[in-house]
Amino acid sequence: MIDPRLVLVLSGVLFALGAVGVLLHRGAISILMCIELMLNAANLAFITFARLRGGAEAQIYVFFVMTLAAAEAAAGLAIVIALFRLRGTTDVDEINLLKW
Amino acid sequence: MAKLIWLIPILPLLGVAVNGTLGGKLGKRGVGAVACGTVLLAFLLSCGAVWELSHLPEDARHVAVSLGEWLPLGPLGADGALATVDWGFALDPLSAVMILVVTGVGFLIHVYATGYMAHEEGFARFFVYMNLFMSMMLTLVLGSNLLVTFVGWEGVGLCSYLLIGFFYDRPFDTRTGLTCADAGRKAFIVNRIGDFAFVIGMLYLLTTFGTLDYRGVLEGVNSGAGSHAMLVAVGLLLFIGACGKSAQIPLYVWLPDAMAGPTPVSALIHAATMVTAGVYMVTRMSGLYAHAPQAMAVVAVVGAATAIFAATMGITATDIKKVLAYSTVSQLGYMFAAAGVGAWTAAIFHLMTHAFFKALLFLGAGSVIHGQEGEQDITKMGGLKEKMPVTFVTFMIATLAIAGIVPLAGFFSKDEILWGAFSSGHRAVWAVLALSALLTAFYMFRLTFLVFYGDHRGDRHVWDHAHESPRSMTVPLMILAVLSVVGGWVGIPALLTGGRDINVFHHWLAPVVGAAHAVTQGEAHSASSEGLLMAAALAVALAGIGLAFAMYQMNRGSAERLAGTFRPVYVLWRNLYWVDELYEAVVLRPFYALSRWFAAFDRWVVDGLVNVSGILVDITGQLLKLFQTGYVRNYALLFLMGVVAILVYLARL
Repeated sequence: MIDPRLVLVLSGVLFALGAVGVLLHRGAISILMCIELMLNAANLAFITFARLRGGAEAQIYVFFVMTLAAAEAAAGLAIVIALFRLRGTTDVDEINLLKW
Repeated sequence: MAKLIWLIPILPLLGVAVNGTLGGKLGKRGVGAVACGTVLLAFLLSCGAVWELSHLPEDARHVAVSLGEWLPLGPLGADGALATVDWGFALDPLSAVMILVVTGVGFLIHVYATGYMAHEEGFARFFVYMNLFMSMMLTLVLGSNLLVTFVGWEGVGLCSYLLIGFFYDRPFDTRTGLTCADAGRKAFIVNRIGDFAFVIGMLYLLTTFGTLDYRGVLEGVNSGAGSHAMLVAVGLLLFIGACGKSAQIPLYVWLPDAMAGPTPVSALIHAATMVTAGVYMVTRMSGLYAHAPQAMAVVAVVGAATAIFAATMGITATDIKKVLAYSTVSQLGYMFAAAGVGAWTAAIFHLMTHAFFKALLFLGAGSVIHGQEGEQDITKMGGLKEKMPVTFVTFMIATLAIAGIVPLAGFFSKDEILWGAFSSGHRAVWAVLALSALLTAFYMFRLTFLVFYGDHRGDRHVWDHAHESPRSMTVPLMILAVLSVVGGWVGIPALLTGGRDINVFHHWLAPVVGAAHAVTQGEAHSASSEGLLMAAALAVALAGIGLAFAMYQMNRGSAERLAGTFRPVYVLWRNLYWVDELYEAVVLRPFYALSRWFAAFDRWVVDGLVNVSGILVDITGQLLKLFQTGYVRNYALLFLMGVVAILVYLARL
């Protein structure tokens, strides 16, 4: 069995990569993909703890997170398409209508 | 038919409905026919009802009709009985006199107005207001309790306001710079002061006797349910209400300005009917006043003071309608003085005859104005006797009647008032009234001489075009002239008929005011002094006429010399004792100052608090918005930093 600490470190690295991607990318679709990466990092952590503790709750949470991720991808992509039609770009820095 | 009296106020209301909705389509003839027709119907119905009333036995002459309960008020009054106010109408000898005068004179004036207003804008609007006035006035006099009367009281006030301001965009008084609309507002506001006292008086009555019904209140008074102080207070409060409506000192100031309205309005509302409502109401409450002699004394003093005060202002006025307006104020003072000394019958008698001859005077004045392209300044008239023969003759009859020349209507009623004042021991009131009778004769003949005699002093063009008025105007003049002659014959004192009692009017009103008479005065008739007084009254009137003749006929220009000699008096009268200016300084200016203070408080303190809280929120927002960059990734970074900070914090624990 692999040392769970290694898996948790991998999960942390993946999460950090996702977060940095969100902060650095300007394309809305890239940002969505990075968020997906962060969600999966969280899933990996959940599974690790589930394995350690032997309970079923964490696995159920993982299914919730996957459902949420699917819904988020659908809604997020729809918003991105609508934005693209409206503004002709998916650059989030260009989308600042609510700024004073 | 007497059971149908509730229909009498409704009929003119139908005219309001028809002319108000279809007035534009009916044309002037149609509007006039509807307006006059409904009033004529009301008059005929009134005649029928009064005829029926007169065939009842004397003590049963009271027909009451209730259209249902209006206000259930719960337990009130000394015995805690359930008080209610009905939509009640009642016909008794007093209201009978009033409805005949109101509908009869009102009908004649409506007919006259169809001619007078023929060339004016807003013909239908005028007659809607006039009919509404008739309806409200009839509600006032037919109401069987104070509150229904008050509905009519306010209604006529509204119509008065609307009709004074009928030519709302025209300037009216160059001395004060008022427009007609301002004059209407002045009348309305001055009346509100009186009405306020009226309402308080009513509430007093309601809490003391548990009813507002005239009969119920008088029964309560007679059974001694109210304390003496309370009766005096109510008497005074109701009289203040009457002062507003009937233009007595100190609330008379609106009536002269009410002349801004069209002349038929001045005749109907501000001479013959509405302004007498106060006299009617005080007489209606005579049973209460009889138990409040202090209140009666106030009524007598105020009435007599108004009579002479207004008469002096009438002497120097140069606007034909203003002369008549001051005359009206003066004659109303006469009526109140009569009521104040307990001569209730005489007050109502004078009310009736005054309605005839004063309506005639105003309509005659209207005819003069109409025939002269709207000129109202008597210093620019003269010699109109030849141009307007019918107007001249009828105006002369009315002038003789108001001056009190035997055997015209004014002689009998005025004589009865003077005798009432003298015989009840109010010698001072008698003297003041006699003096104002002299002044009345003087200023009325001054007016007649200046308008109808001598040479025309105005524009040549106006003189050439001066013409007699159309038939629709002269026929009402003639009918009113007949009434001004014979109107007094229903109240001829026994003295003149060799002791034979043919004073119909006295007997007719006895059931209503008899009780009050019995309380206030014993019968102390002395034929010789009554005859002497009658001769004195006649002599006084003749002296006034002679004086006017000497000053304005025989020796023209002497008036100016006299005015020069008594310059201070002349200036005082010409400026109407500066009463308007006094009110301006004492009431209006402090009131405006206070209002401005309140306005400032509202603007800077009340509104200020609201505004300051708004400004605070605004400033906070202005500062916070600086943190908004509009870059999503900035927010995400801050978000992440926040999460990290929380995690670090939690890990430290």
